[in-house]
Amino acid sequence: MENKVITEGLSAYFGDVRAVKNVDVSIPENSITAIIGPSGCGKSTLIRCMNRMHEIVRGARVEGKVVVDGVDIYAPGSDAVEVRRKVGMVFQKPNPFPTMSIYDNVVAGLRLNGERDWKKLDQTVERSLKLAALWDEVKGQLDASGVSISGGQQQRLCIARALAVQPEILLLDEPCSALDPIATAKIEDLLFDLKDKYTIVIVTHNMQQAARISDHTAFMYMGELIEFGVTKELFENPRKELTEKYITGRFG
Amino acid sequence: MRSYRLRRRMDIAASLLAVGCVLVALTPLVSILWEVIRNGAPMLSWEFLTNRTTSGIGNAILGSLQIVMYAAVIGLPVGMLTGIYISEFGNNKIGSTVRFFNDVMANFPSIVVGLLVYAMVVVYLDVNYSIIVASIALSIIMIPIVASTTEESLKMVPNSLREGALALGVPRWKTVLKVVLSNGRSGVITGALLAVARAAGETAPLILTTMFSYFWAASPTEPSAALPTLIYNYAMGYSSLAVDDAMSQAWGAALVLIMLVLSLNISVRLLSMRRFKKKHKEARKWRTRLSLKG
Repeated sequence: MENKVITEGLSAYFGDVRAVKNVDVSIPENSITAIIGPSGCGKSTLIRCMNRMHEIVRGARVEGKVVVDGVDIYAPGSDAVEVRRKVGMVFQKPNPFPTMSIYDNVVAGLRLNGERDWKKLDQTVERSLKLAALWDEVKGQLDASGVSISGGQQQRLCIARALAVQPEILLLDEPCSALDPIATAKIEDLLFDLKDKYTIVIVTHNMQQAARISDHTAFMYMGELIEFGVTKELFENPRKELTEKYITGRFG
Repeated sequence: MRSYRLRRRMDIAASLLAVGCVLVALTPLVSILWEVIRNGAPMLSWEFLTNRTTSGIGNAILGSLQIVMYAAVIGLPVGMLTGIYISEFGNNKIGSTVRFFNDVMANFPSIVVGLLVYAMVVVYLDVNYSIIVASIALSIIMIPIVASTTEESLKMVPNSLREGALALGVPRWKTVLKVVLSNGRSGVITGALLAVARAAGETAPLILTTMFSYFWAASPTEPSAALPTLIYNYAMGYSSLAVDDAMSQAWGAALVLIMLVLSLNISVRLLSMRRFKKKHKEARKWRTRLSLKG
């Protein structure tokens, strides 16, 4: 299995605060990688460095390399907009655009970038919503506002929206933390189906979720990557004492 | 602990105080409206609205509309762009400087703005007193109002929407234009209206920039009457009319001015509602197309 995303000596700062410290991690292609760790350990910041979303916060900066498909996305001349088209992101709280219909939300990325071919847009809506396992639930109400559906549906709409621009990598920042168990299960099933085509990185503070769906798991603590490995091994035979303490619930 | 009865009395006293304050605040508003309607309504007739001074106020109405329109054309885009800049790109030294001067400008006495335009345009550039010069003065009054209301309404748009659009690979300027602005639209429109209404009632800058005229203005480069200056002139007795006639015409003009501002408000609101409905219709068309495909 190839490594799709590789970070080398990656540090991320908010002003003087170093939120991610010297992380080297390799995300394998077409698999699910979970990032776990206690609140504030820098796991969200780490994935936000992978599509250059970290830098939009004032005073935020990045040191080190993030290599996607062999290209350093922080090299001079690299275009953040291009990077974000290739590396999609879904956020903790569902954030569909409230002034847009469900249809418009799905193709927002394409339309805002100037796509006007109706046939292509129609196809994209259907394909993306089917991929996000939402098509059957909303196909009769595509003109309804993006915020008129339930929270779980909104989150799948956001996944459809991210998939519509045909990224290769999908970053998910605690996508289920605002959802009930049934909606969570739907999203987990969906991610499982998507991993054949996409490289998925999911941040979660739910260890059961990481154990259920991921192939590899990274454990972070205080901005540092403590352990990275195959999920089963990391949970059954952690190499580091800190990891063991965390997954057995002794802190965090 | 205080007894129930004492708390109850305090509650009644506080409520009465609040209601009293509301009444005090409403008194001038209601009495102004009442006086203007009582004195102005009998004046309203087709001749009064369409004849030129001094047998009507037609040229003042047209003058006011023209001045405010040109001022909006100049002032609203500049103000909105300034507001967008300080809200979306102003997280730096330039932004805070612009914000500071904008706040200072918002508190400028309007007579000073009039004086500035008078000195720069009328005296220095030697442009005649005219509609367009008055528009420049009013646009300067509009800009800081529009800029700060635009900034405030864009700041209300949740950051998650900006991040959502940026994460789709949408460039920053398009995110601002298509996502942030469309979500803050109603606030921006309200701010623009507020500025237009404020400018429509300004008198001091007009006295210094368009003077007064008893005739129809043939072009924007000619002086013209405007409703506020007409009210001022007539009320001060600066006209060839008998004092009583001048007074009642001034009341009529005051009522027209209030109605103009009010109707402007209502029509823009209706317009923005209709645009939203139209968008919905379009969306319905897509649905039919999709369901046709099965």
